[in-house]
Amino acid sequence: MDPSLTLNPLLLVSGLLFAIGLTGVLARRNLLIIFMCLELMLAAGNLTLVAFSRFHLVDGAPAYDAHVFVFFVITVAAAEVAVGLAIIIALFRSKKSTDVTEVTTMKY
Amino acid sequence: MNPDTLAWLILLLPLLSAATIVVGIGRWSNLSALVSTGTAFLSLVFSVMLATNGEAVASIAYPWIDLSPSFQVNIGFTLDKLAIGMILIVSSIGFLVHLFSLGYMREDSGKSRYFAGLSLFLFSMSGIVLADNFVMMFIFWELVGVSSYILIGHWYEKNSAAEAGKKAFLVNRIGDFGFMTGILLVWILTGSIYFKEIAQAVGGVANAGLLNAAVLCVFAGAVGKSAQVPLHVWLPDAMEGPTPVSALIHAATMVAAGVYMLARVSFLVDASAVAGTTIAWVGAITALLAALMALQQDDIKRILAYSTLSQLGYMVMAQGLGSAGADAGMFHLYTHAFFKALLFLGSGAVIYACHHEQDIWRMGGLRKRMPITFWTFALGTAALIAVPFTSGFWSKEAILEALLQQKMHGPYAVGIIVAFLTPFYMTRLVLVAFFGPSRTKEAEHAREVEPVMWIPLALLAIMAVFSAYRFLAAPLAAAGHADFGHLFSHFGLTAVLSLIGLVVGVAGAWFLYRTAQKDPISIPLFRDKFRIDELYLFFVDKIQDGLARGLTRLDRDVIDPLIARFPAALSLAGGSVSRALQTGNVQTYAFFFGLGVVALLYFVL
Repeated sequence: MDPSLTLNPLLLVSGLLFAIGLTGVLARRNLLIIFMCLELMLAAGNLTLVAFSRFHLVDGAPAYDAHVFVFFVITVAAAEVAVGLAIIIALFRSKKSTDVTEVTTMKY
Repeated sequence: MNPDTLAWLILLLPLLSAATIVVGIGRWSNLSALVSTGTAFLSLVFSVMLATNGEAVASIAYPWIDLSPSFQVNIGFTLDKLAIGMILIVSSIGFLVHLFSLGYMREDSGKSRYFAGLSLFLFSMSGIVLADNFVMMFIFWELVGVSSYILIGHWYEKNSAAEAGKKAFLVNRIGDFGFMTGILLVWILTGSIYFKEIAQAVGGVANAGLLNAAVLCVFAGAVGKSAQVPLHVWLPDAMEGPTPVSALIHAATMVAAGVYMLARVSFLVDASAVAGTTIAWVGAITALLAALMALQQDDIKRILAYSTLSQLGYMVMAQGLGSAGADAGMFHLYTHAFFKALLFLGSGAVIYACHHEQDIWRMGGLRKRMPITFWTFALGTAALIAVPFTSGFWSKEAILEALLQQKMHGPYAVGIIVAFLTPFYMTRLVLVAFFGPSRTKEAEHAREVEPVMWIPLALLAIMAVFSAYRFLAAPLAAAGHADFGHLFSHFGLTAVLSLIGLVVGVAGAWFLYRTAQKDPISIPLFRDKFRIDELYLFFVDKIQDGLARGLTRLDRDVIDPLIARFPAALSLAGGSVSRALQTGNVQTYAFFFGLGVVALLYFVL
């Protein structure tokens, strides 16, 4: 592993990814885009976990415990994609649009 | 049989009969009538056996509510002279009324219901008489009210009968509420509900004011049940019931329950002088007002009803003297039960013969057509107006003597005045209904009633004349039964005054009504019963209903807005503000969610 690689750039990239994802979720109108941005946020979380795990040394060797969590997150994300896409398709069938601002009937 | 068994049999047989009729054999009305009359006869037999056995101490008590050691209610019996005498009156008149009813109610469609009611009444009345504690007495007191309600409203399809039943029940409730309060007060003061224990404990009660209140509250129960002023209004209306019921319940036994109860607790009256004086005055006022009202009534049963009120007034007067007058009061109750039952059954025979005509001005000339009824009725009247040597004479004399001896001069004077009025209105009744020419076709065609009806009349007539003498009064064994020596030992002011009253009253009525075709005197105030009913109606209609209307308005216009509509509006307003936060837009929610996460992180880290 390249010894010049430090924790900070990794965290920076992860933070950027998270910020971009969050902005997308909050600002974009297309449900598909929002969905993709959500995936970005998950990826940012995964990156943080992996990075911390790599730089956490136990007896001079990195601890890989967090990798387990990453696998879990990926699995759950896959399931979430299946459900989420199904919902989006169902919504599109009834509304003929994927604009999130038009889906406001679930209030009071 | 031992006294315990007898007492249980007397109490439970009528209940068994009522239950059998209601549950099983109600469809066969003649069988029901026979079962009911049969149990009434058995009750009479057992009562006589109990009486020949003499005073006894009941040993078997059924524990009903057991919160020992603080509170315990038993269904237990008192078997002293008072109770035995009273149970004898109840069962003997009860049996005769059953017998009379066999004839009187022969054609009635509700015959089974009627006889079940009579049996239930006999059960409840026996309970009152035999009770050895206040709570048991109160329960049977209420049961008597229920059976009275059932029997007054027997012809419930007639509106006036249904209304009269309700009125009797409601007016009695007022008195019963007082009774209940009185029982509780006595329990608080003496720590017991058993008559024997109260009698011992009452001397040690220090709080005289509360004791007075307790006795007066207990007396309120008697005011309701024995129809004293101001709760007398239900009794005349109760005449809507079948006439045998009027004889049994509303003349001889149930209305006497109040007097009996006062005699049972005469030690309480002794302990409270204020209450005693009040009781005597209430009795005196009732006796006078009722006698005045009776002067101007035209309905044969109503005249008798008011005379019952008046006689009950005498008995209550005597009870106001406490144990000094209790015996005299019970003595009058005893004689009155027979002659008043006789008069009511006699009026029933007249009404039956005249095809349910009750107006005395539409009768007349019945003396020749119904000789047995006439003669028995005349004997009953003689006893009621206290003709010397009849039973009523001795007992009324005993009451007036007791009043004089105890220096109750006010009630005594009232009693003497009533002794002038009673002969007057009773002579009027007899003259108008039985003498002169028949005024209607019904009266012209009236015929003597059948033996099943006149035999009870004859038996009661014997009792009306002789019940005061020792050989018949011995079971009651109250003081003051008459013998020929009695008159002369007491011959004094009272005897002279009441004899003058008798002569003046009879002569006055004879002079006024001998040939009258309609009432020569008219006193609207008396005929309208002093407008007391109207006064009550005014209170209920204007004041109580007015108050209710006012309270409704208060509820609707003040309380509703304040505690219901104002908070409702408040939460509605809060809701419409917070509703603005619910946009339905997922991204807004996500934004707030993010803010929440940031805030959480800020506070936690």
